[in-house]
Parts: sequence; structure tokens; C-alpha cells
Amino acid sequence: MKEHIDNEMNLEFISKSSNESFARITIAAFAAQLDPTIEELADIKTAVSEAVTNCIIHAYENRIGIVKMSAKLKENEVIIEISDHGKGIENIEMAKEPLYTTKPNLERSGMGFTIMESFMDNVEIESVVGLGTKITMSKKIKKEDEEEKNVEEMDLLQKIN
Amino acid sequence: MEIRFYEKDKLLVFKISEEIDDYSVQKMRRSADYEIERYMPKKVIFDFDSVTFMDSAGIGFIIGRYKFANMLGAKLEVTNLTPSVQKIFDMSGILKLIPVTDLQESALR
Ligand SMILES: Nc1ncnc2c1ncn2[C@@H]1O[C@H](COP(=O)(O)OP(=O)(O)OP(=O)(O)O)[C@@H](O)[C@H]1O
Ligand SMILES: [Mg+2]
Repeated sequence: MKEHIDNEMNLEFISKSSNESFARITIAAFAAQLDPTIEELADIKTAVSEAVTNCIIHAYENRIGIVKMSAKLKENEVIIEISDHGKGIENIEMAKEPLYTTKPNLERSGMGFTIMESFMDNVEIESVVGLGTKITMSKKIKKEDEEEKNVEEMDLLQKIN
Repeated sequence: MEIRFYEKDKLLVFKISEEIDDYSVQKMRRSADYEIERYMPKKVIFDFDSVTFMDSAGIGFIIGRYKFANMLGAKLEVTNLTPSVQKIFDMSGILKLIPVTDLQESALR
């Protein structure tokens, strides 16, 4: 069965830290089509900023490489993929631990993955040492008025019963 | 980043107005450390009132300045945390170390 895709985008840029805000603004403009709240949009921007920054500072370190970001909108969900062809992650479980960082000397805090996991509904990490890393994350946009409608419907049902 | 020094209280205030990420902290770090060393304040306050975005780079930035200020004998505090900044700081636990203060700059003048 062919999956139904509402919208899709692809972006490639080089690993310069000035592109972090470019990636954030781009994903915000794209996800805005789902009519998210300001808070939901801020969560998505922050998660993207974390993933893109990781490609720039960890995957490529001081080299210039390509960072890819693609996103899909499916019904009320945004699905984002961010990937690099950098050095890869040796131990994914360890990397996900809060406060774990391999770059404490660069004033990193080791909170990137923790932030991605708490701001998005789902985060998947695939990585091969020497080949690169791909982060797939998704978030459902909860329509406020729909929630309100549900509450109203529940109230009505209760009255009828 | 706007910088104000209050001589009487030996208080150095940094009002951050840029989005805080790995790119912007590179410049902010240099500038903050330079000013702390120049003024040798008793207390350093970072004001987040105009911060519209912050990711984990902000945690590392504040911890780094906290250590630097401490080394030079100054205390460090943060103020006017917006809800999104608060959310990130809460997650990292650094507010157990760094006090959140109420800052009325007008009262200082
Ligand atoms: N794309 C990547 N390529 C290679 N290594 C990575 C990548 N992303 C993360 N890592 C590794 O996983 C560790 C944890 O990442 P995480 O984002 O949680 O923390 P951090 O980047 O070190 O610090 P922070 O994000 O708080 O500034 C990193 O220190 C790094 O070793
Ligand atoms: Mg990170």
C-alpha cells in the first residue's frame, strides 16, 4: 500500500554553525502548515537545532561536510530526518544519557539527545562509525479546537447517558 | 548582548538579545569573559528577558561563565527567564547551582 504523504521537503547545507538558525527557521516555516501552537513550534525548532548542531560539531568536527534535513507532513504529524556522513556514534545508549558528552572542553552539556527526546514524541538514532548518523524524529500537532470539541462531545454524551 | 556595569554594587549585567545557539555563544563567550576580567565585578547577572530562542548551547554557556566568574571571585545569577529558557534550564538541573534573581535594573541607577 502506498503511504499518503501530505507534504515533503528536502534541504542540504554545509556544516557551518551559522546554518543552525537557517535550519530552525526553515523547519518552523514548513511545520507551520500544520498550525501548531507557539510552544509546539518552539519544541520542534529546539529539537532540530540540537540535531543539526550535533552534525556540525561532533560528526564533522572541524571539517566541512554536508548536513541533510528532510521533513514530511502526514495528517497532523511532522516527521523530520537529519543526517550526516560524519564520524558516527560509537555507543548510542551512552550518547543518549543526560549529561554525557565527548566534548566537555567545548562547553557542551550533554543535554542534546535528552532535549530532543523530551520535545518530540519519538526519536530514533541510527549510526555507523565512520559512515555517519541519521536522526528521525516525529511530533503530532494537537489541534486545540479539536481537543475542545472532544471535551464538549464527552460532556454531551454524559448528559445523554 | 548589552553590557551594563553598576560601579556602586560592583554588578555586571549582560542582557542577551540574540538567539542562543552554538553559533551565537562563540561570540558571547569571548565578550562576556573579556568584560568580567575587565570589570572584576562582585556579581554577574545574565538577563534572558529578550531571548526568543535557546538550545543546549545556553546550558554550556552559563556553566562556563559560572566557572569563569567563580574563578575570579564573582557570583553568578540569572534573571527574567522566559518559559522556553526555563524549560531547558530545568531539564539540565543547573538552577540548583545558579540562583534565579529578581532584577529591577531601574532601582540600581
Ligand atoms: N551526529 C553525530 N555524530 C557523531 N557523534 C554524535 C552525533 N550526535 C551526537 N554525537 C555524540 O553523542 C554525544 C551526546 O550528544 P548530545 O547532543 O546529547 O550532547 P552534546 O552535543 O555533547 O552536548 P549538548 O548537546 O548539550 O551541547 C556527543 O557528545 C557526541 O559524542
Ligand atoms: Mg548536542
